[in-house]
Amino acid sequence: MDVPLSWYLLVAAALFCMGLYGVLSRRNAVAILMGVELMLNAVNINLVTFWRYVAPEAMAGQVFAVLVYTVAAAEAAVGLALFIAIYRSRDTVVVEDIDLMKG
Amino acid sequence: MEIRDFFFNLTWLIPLFPLLAFALIVLWANPNRKLSTWLAWMGIGLSWLLGWTIFFLSWGDIHHLTPPEGNHPVPLWTLPTGSSVLKIGFQVDTLTALMLFMVPFVCLMIFIYSKGYMGYGTNQVDSRYSRFFAYISLFACGMLGLIVSDNLLTLFIFWEIMGLCSYLLIGFWYEKSYPDPNRITPKEAGLKAFLTTRVGDVIMLLGLLLLYSQVGSLSFMDVFNHETLDMLAHKMVVLPVFGSVPVATLAALLLFGGAMGKSAQFPLHVWLPDAMEGPTPVSALIHAATMVSAGVYLVARSFPLFVAVHGGAQLAVVAFIGAFTALFASTIAVAQNDIKRVLAYSTISQLGYMIAALGIGAYIAAVFHLINHAFFKALLFLGSGSVIHGVEHGHHEVAHGHHGHEEEAFDANDMMNMGGLLSKMPRTAWTFIIGGGALAGIVPLAGFWSKDEILAHAWHEFQHGHDFGTFWPFFVWLLLTIAAALTAFYTARQICLAFVGRPRTEAAQHAHESPPSMTWPLMLLAFFAVILGLFGTPWANQFHHLIGEAFEATPFDPFVAGLSTVLAVGGMALGWLVYGRQPLAAGQVDPLKRWLGPVHTVLENKYYLDELYKTIFIRPVIWLSHIFSKFDYDWVINRIVNLAGTVTVFVSERWGEFDLVIVDGLVNLVGRSGASFSRLSGVVDLNIVDGIVNRIGDLIKAGGRFLRPLQTGRVQNYLIVAATTVVVLLGWYLVLSVL
Amino acid sequence: MSVEHGVFIVLSAITLVGAWIVIANRNLYRAALGMVLSFFGVAGLYALLNVGFLAVVQVLIYVGAISILIIFAIMLTRQVMDREVVQRNSQWFISLLVALVLFGVLGYTLAFRVADQWAVGGSGLPEKPIEALGEALVTTYALPFEVASVLLLVALVGAIVIAREK
Repeated sequence: MDVPLSWYLLVAAALFCMGLYGVLSRRNAVAILMGVELMLNAVNINLVTFWRYVAPEAMAGQVFAVLVYTVAAAEAAVGLALFIAIYRSRDTVVVEDIDLMKG
Repeated sequence: MEIRDFFFNLTWLIPLFPLLAFALIVLWANPNRKLSTWLAWMGIGLSWLLGWTIFFLSWGDIHHLTPPEGNHPVPLWTLPTGSSVLKIGFQVDTLTALMLFMVPFVCLMIFIYSKGYMGYGTNQVDSRYSRFFAYISLFACGMLGLIVSDNLLTLFIFWEIMGLCSYLLIGFWYEKSYPDPNRITPKEAGLKAFLTTRVGDVIMLLGLLLLYSQVGSLSFMDVFNHETLDMLAHKMVVLPVFGSVPVATLAALLLFGGAMGKSAQFPLHVWLPDAMEGPTPVSALIHAATMVSAGVYLVARSFPLFVAVHGGAQLAVVAFIGAFTALFASTIAVAQNDIKRVLAYSTISQLGYMIAALGIGAYIAAVFHLINHAFFKALLFLGSGSVIHGVEHGHHEVAHGHHGHEEEAFDANDMMNMGGLLSKMPRTAWTFIIGGGALAGIVPLAGFWSKDEILAHAWHEFQHGHDFGTFWPFFVWLLLTIAAALTAFYTARQICLAFVGRPRTEAAQHAHESPPSMTWPLMLLAFFAVILGLFGTPWANQFHHLIGEAFEATPFDPFVAGLSTVLAVGGMALGWLVYGRQPLAAGQVDPLKRWLGPVHTVLENKYYLDELYKTIFIRPVIWLSHIFSKFDYDWVINRIVNLAGTVTVFVSERWGEFDLVIVDGLVNLVGRSGASFSRLSGVVDLNIVDGIVNRIGDLIKAGGRFLRPLQTGRVQNYLIVAATTVVVLLGWYLVLSVL
Repeated sequence: MSVEHGVFIVLSAITLVGAWIVIANRNLYRAALGMVLSFFGVAGLYALLNVGFLAVVQVLIYVGAISILIIFAIMLTRQVMDREVVQRNSQWFISLLVALVLFGVLGYTLAFRVADQWAVGGSGLPEKPIEALGEALVTTYALPFEVASVLLLVALVGAIVIAREK
């Protein structure tokens, strides 16, 4: 346990912010989804780090991480299904063009 | 007895029922003929029931109810009049009860008869049918109120009501006019009746005033008791020509003036024959049965006053007038051709009998004759109406059936147009004959008994000369006997001309019997005409028992009875000889004309009395009124009125100008300032208020427009906003925690 | 500087480089591969943290399933995307700013604030971690576990419904 807690957290934070940047600035819907996955990963790292460093005997951290995995998977599946559906009806995956709610 | 008292106390209802009927018909039921008829019948019917109840009940207590001392008072109101008190109310005594036997019943018969006479249910129904029933109801109220009054004032009031009704009813067909200018129209006849009786009424009023001033009350109880009469008899009044006269005499004569007017005694009799212009039920009601007998009733009621002064002039006057009228009228009746006019003069004559009887003290006989006369005279009038009706219908049939052209002037009343109606109208004919017999005084019909009693009394007084001297009774007896003969003669003449022989005109040929509503009353009245007399026979005189116990009963005198019977029968036989044996053919002149010649003309023209009155009284008055009206109009009234009018117009014009300028100016000013103020208000409102409202709206719109771009519809844009916010917040907390 | 440090730095570098590729590369396909690389890095980090199970799960799920899914999606929507088209949208600058600021804040907080206050727990790792995890999942955390199952079911059904050919 040489590596200090804050190093892991920093990495997670960096990963998170990079993911956020990706979500906010990419034009392709799938690219956005990829950014989202990055963010989720960062969260996971955070969780696991804290679990390992603070309360390793309680399984809460791991369980939580597992759940995050579950949710991420589900969300990725559904999101991609949506994208494909949108692509079929609108013939585009450029997010900027999907602005029906404009107004 | 309680029942008696109970019903006596209801006396005030008797005149009220027909009054209610009058009011209801006038105010409400006028359009509905059936209802009007029934209301009138109900009114008089209820009065009849109550009247007969009271009459029969009064038999049980005669002693307490004999006038003038005894009566059952039904006081109503006590009106203070300055220093004294006026007591108004009703009363029941035997005289009233007797009248209550006759009046409502005869009225009821006439009311029933009127339905058919006025043409109910036919297409010749009178246009003012309901009004007729209203009038006769009011009239019935007047007569009934008169006989139940307990004081001279209400008696006078009801007297006047009857006067009014007689005017209304005589002139009922006011639109009727005749081509012959000398023939009086119903309108004129009504006026004549009213004015002539008015003369009598004024005299009567003077009598009332005299009595009131001397006695302080007009109630019967107060005036006709011994003390008062004594006082009145001894108190003297000084008159210009006659010198010192007892108050009682003067009062009696003044009251008699009213009786002369209402009971059509000479010289105030002229209205009654012309009153025949009214419908026949009116003639029956007013001029036979009730109103004219009011005068006789008045004298009977005031009889104590008349006899208060021993051997006074008042009785002489009464007797003379009565007897003279009786003979005078019967002579005229002989020469009349109008069936109703014969009866009219006959009425005048019979009233004379009654007045004369009172003049010689035959109180009971007078009242007896009054009751009898009411029945058979009403019967005769109604019968004549039935005859006229029948002949008129016959005339209608003829005119419309045969030629179909305009109806010629046809006098259905003229007996010369009749004839042979015995077979055509049997019920009318036979009841008429019975009535005529009663009138003529044929035994055992009613008229005989009462007439005979009068004559017997006269003769008796003449023979024995008690209170009334000998001259006047003889005078009365003589004139009345002659009149009786004449009565029989003209009655027979009438019957023969109308019913016997062959019809003289086509109208008479086509005449037919009247409807049951008309013939039933005839039969009922005929029944009474037959039996009523039997109540007054000298051997069991119920009338004497009822009302005249104070007087001596008149004994039966075979001489008088025999003489009057002979005369009656003889008179009728003569009549039949002249007119019945060889009935007149159409167009044949009355034989009497030939025999009497110029006398007949005088008789036919009623002794030219109407013409005399016209010259002496009427023409000068009209001339005077012309002058007055001219003076009034041209000189005085018009000038003054026009001047007043001009001034008023001028003043109002100036005032109007003033008003217009100032008032209008003010109003306009107010209006204009209001308008400008409201304009100002409006400007403020529109600009400021609206401005504010609009600005707010614009602000919001601008805000919206400003914020709208936020909604790009792109998720990433939303996200960046969220992210930015989060970052800011985080930074904030961070900064806070550091500090 | 121990071996652990060094391994950590290497693994972090892999992760971050991969992430960089994801967000910066115009070519989606390469972005996807970058993502895979990042995942591998994360898995390595898990291993370094003594959570071998999660490392493997990471590889299985993320690399094995999700990445594949994404690559499929890229391939299915590929015609539209031209390689030459710029992948940055109009708000990239602000996003960059936001990201940087956020990293700054987070970094500062986590590095200099959090670390001191969190007591590092001892090596209380369970004897048999996988069993412990399994046991925790079906006892203490049974409900979240079941809910997660339902969620997966729903997602499964939903994805099929949304994406199927009509």
